[in-house]
Amino acid sequence: MPPVISSETLPYLSLLIFVPLGAAVIAALLPGERAVRWWTLGVSLAVAVGSWPLYARFDAGTAAFQFVEHAPWIPALRIHYTVGVDGISLLLVLLTTLVLPLCVLVSWRQISGRVKEFMVCLLVMEGAMVGVFCALDFILFFVFWEAMLIPMALLIGIWGGPRRVYAALKFFIYTMAGSVLLLVAILALYLELGSFHIPELMGRELSLSFQGWVFAAMALSFAVKVPMFPFHTWLPAAHVEAPTAGSVLLASVLLKMGTYGFLRFCLPITPQATMLFVPWMMALSVVGMVYGGAAALAQNDLKKLVAYSSVGHMGVATLGIFALNREGLEGALLVMINHGVTTGALFLAVGLLYERVHTRELARVAGVGKQVPVFTGFLGVFALSSLAFPGTNSFIGEVLVLSGAVGWARVAVPGWVAWVLLGVVPGVVLAAAYNLRMLQRVAYGSPRNPDHAGLKDLELREMVTLAPLLILVFWIGLNPQPFTRVMHASVRHLLEQVGGP
Amino acid sequence: MDGVSESRLAWAVLVPLIGAGAVMATGRRPNVREACSLVAAVTLFVLTASLIPAVQAGQTLRCTLFELLPGLSISLRADALSMIFALTAAFLWVVTVFYSAGYMRGLAEPAQTRFNVCFALALFGAMGCAFSDNLLTLYLFYEIVSVTTYPLVAHHQDDEGYEGGRKYLVYLTTTAKALLLPALIGIYVLVGNLDFADNLRTGILPADAGRWVVTALYVACLLGFAKHGVMPLHHWLPGAMVAPTPVSALLHAVAVVKVGVFSTVRVMLHVFGIDSMQELALGLPTAYFVSFTILVASVIALSQDNLKLRLAYSTVSQLSYIILGVALLTPEGIAGGLLHLANHAFAKITLFFCAGAIYVAAHKKNISEMQGLGRAMPLTFGAFALASLSMIGAPPVGGFVSKWYLLLGALDAGSMAVLFVLVASTLLNAAYFVPVVYQAFFGKPAGDPEIGGWREASAAMVIPLTLTALISVGLGLYPNLFLNFAKSLLP
Repeated sequence: MPPVISSETLPYLSLLIFVPLGAAVIAALLPGERAVRWWTLGVSLAVAVGSWPLYARFDAGTAAFQFVEHAPWIPALRIHYTVGVDGISLLLVLLTTLVLPLCVLVSWRQISGRVKEFMVCLLVMEGAMVGVFCALDFILFFVFWEAMLIPMALLIGIWGGPRRVYAALKFFIYTMAGSVLLLVAILALYLELGSFHIPELMGRELSLSFQGWVFAAMALSFAVKVPMFPFHTWLPAAHVEAPTAGSVLLASVLLKMGTYGFLRFCLPITPQATMLFVPWMMALSVVGMVYGGAAALAQNDLKKLVAYSSVGHMGVATLGIFALNREGLEGALLVMINHGVTTGALFLAVGLLYERVHTRELARVAGVGKQVPVFTGFLGVFALSSLAFPGTNSFIGEVLVLSGAVGWARVAVPGWVAWVLLGVVPGVVLAAAYNLRMLQRVAYGSPRNPDHAGLKDLELREMVTLAPLLILVFWIGLNPQPFTRVMHASVRHLLEQVGGP
Repeated sequence: MDGVSESRLAWAVLVPLIGAGAVMATGRRPNVREACSLVAAVTLFVLTASLIPAVQAGQTLRCTLFELLPGLSISLRADALSMIFALTAAFLWVVTVFYSAGYMRGLAEPAQTRFNVCFALALFGAMGCAFSDNLLTLYLFYEIVSVTTYPLVAHHQDDEGYEGGRKYLVYLTTTAKALLLPALIGIYVLVGNLDFADNLRTGILPADAGRWVVTALYVACLLGFAKHGVMPLHHWLPGAMVAPTPVSALLHAVAVVKVGVFSTVRVMLHVFGIDSMQELALGLPTAYFVSFTILVASVIALSQDNLKLRLAYSTVSQLSYIILGVALLTPEGIAGGLLHLANHAFAKITLFFCAGAIYVAAHKKNISEMQGLGRAMPLTFGAFALASLSMIGAPPVGGFVSKWYLLLGALDAGSMAVLFVLVASTLLNAAYFVPVVYQAFFGKPAGDPEIGGWREASAAMVIPLTLTALISVGLGLYPNLFLNFAKSLLP
């Protein structure tokens, strides 16, 4: 169990969790839509800026949890309020706080009804999402995990598209079913080990069969969230119906909770079971990559296209996780961040396009590039990033994951290298295919494009929304060390816990 | 990793990028825009030329741009190999800027600003490839070239353009993703970095890497750089001929295709290494493999009536000469191949310049319609004749020197088959080039009454093509600059 460090004077993490929640209460009391919008923007910006000290003061030399706060909550059940971050969760917290202001900005004009409720949902989401990544008590984790479901389902169900209720229900049922299994696993672990304190649960002696069941329960729950093939069917529905901000949150942050769950719980708590399941998880990841890519290639709805691309990208992330080596894990963490940046940006872009042409159908947006060159420029960069173009953020993550996977196969069974490559190569080719197809259609189309005369290019607010993600695409792409630097110690420690090759 | 750090390298790569930005910013004023292109091209050439003395003195210049992760960086190098390609591409860009202005304005082409921006970006990619110091950098710029040239191929935005563009992207990105990327990862896993070796003999792969692993990686690299147009991955090149002629001239005879060939050569020599290629017997099979392309593409060229398509298949055939020469793995063979990289560039760009000039002046695309045209356009067809001689390999034009060294290399490697291929292909080259020239000067115009009205195209087009034709001859008479570079690789 890693030691915990707590030398901070300010409870940074609690502030990041509870300031948005408090702000949500105030937002509910504010009169007027304008005031609510500015208030939410101001708070989310303040939280984003306020999360910077986490990175600046983070000690990359240790795998221990940092910024830890500890307080009794329900002593009778040994449930505590414990939060802290390490190299695995730090970047995810920062990603969450970065994405929120962008969600507010993109909804500025798009959301015109029930603005107050919408903004309250966003703020509650923010608090809960940060809570999930910081929680070091299993019950606290579960509370935040569940707390996040409701505002998300509301975002889809109230402000969504024509089939919003169906999508919201599907989302809710799928993730709820997963959550139940997770709860069972939590209770089983408590009964066996007598603690909800996550660091305490790691690296304990457990019988292999017990580990296997716990792993299966947790993995199923996280696999729904990731989503891994074949548990992904809720995702396209939710993405297509959700408002832009909802899609962005879903893609950038919520999906990461699945992979985060694998890293935080499955690997260190049930290491032997993990080793046992590795080939299966690898196979599912590869299938997800290929399936997601092929499905994306077949889509004519832009949002569905990006949604299926998520399935593929998250397949890359899980592939890296279960390679169980340094390249694989760091690559997976990077892919998680990159997916948050790139896919979030693509959803923003699709949303902005929808506001202009009121359709997401590829055939009907074909050739808008001529009218909106700035938009197309942004879209081009994000699409290239999504296909892991060298020099962009995704490339470096993908290269790390693939070398991790090849490295894993070399050690496990040398003959598997060929199988791994045979699986992932179609995946990366398909990623290039659907992204370039989309970009070609949007920018050029064909000689018989619909008339797009009079479309307005991006205004300043919209450029400001996309710009931070554009900067990150190249920043991570060309100088990833500030991002990987914070991972090294925690990843090394995690590998020790798993005891893998 | 010894070498002299040199920031001029970074500038040489950045100048076309800055030029692209300037062209975009000044797009509304065509004269200023063209001036920006010209300034960028001239600056690039001067910068590149200023590196000659140091490289001639045997130095390897280096410059690291970004350190991504340990073992993975984006960094540049200038050595003899890069200089051959970089000098050629940079010089020909200057010439093409003039020609391109004449051509695009002569035909009143649409979207000229986009055209010029993408053109400069493609050069950015090509220079990056020429100066890359490791496989990652090479891959990065290789992909940049693929993406930035798509708008040039699809330039006319009609069905034909989109079809050509689609084929272009499918071939080039699929091979890069499906073959290069796995090879790159395989090499990274084996070696721990992707830096090119300084020693051409050893390469970078560890001695204990399995025979089949190395062979698989080699095949993936050889087929992955599909810009080299080796059959069966050559279809994108004839398809790309729908682009305006300056694109076919500079990009699909020089920059883009040479990026493919150059990358292949770079990887053969600096990743796999001559000794290990010899040990695994990869050299001659590669030579035989590309021999197929040399012969078959020539036969196809023979059957094409569209001048640009005939030139395209000729390019497919001639590019394989370069790979063939290097695959012989003898000093003469390598020198011949690399020399041909420059010689083919000057000759083929002349031929495309001529094709474009003929199209602008007389609106003729097909060879059968060009009978007697030489008398109306003597300069254009004179240049065409000189460049054809270089393609055929007749003295004193540049192609002769490279073919001479290729033949020496084949003899040295003791391969009669390769010798036969070279001789046969020379005959084929003559068979598809000589009739064009002959018909143009001596053929009777087929009852076309307009013959008297034909003139040479504008000076902006005729001067560049005359110049490149003369340089082709110059390279035959004074081959020393490129020859010394080529020979210094493997003394």
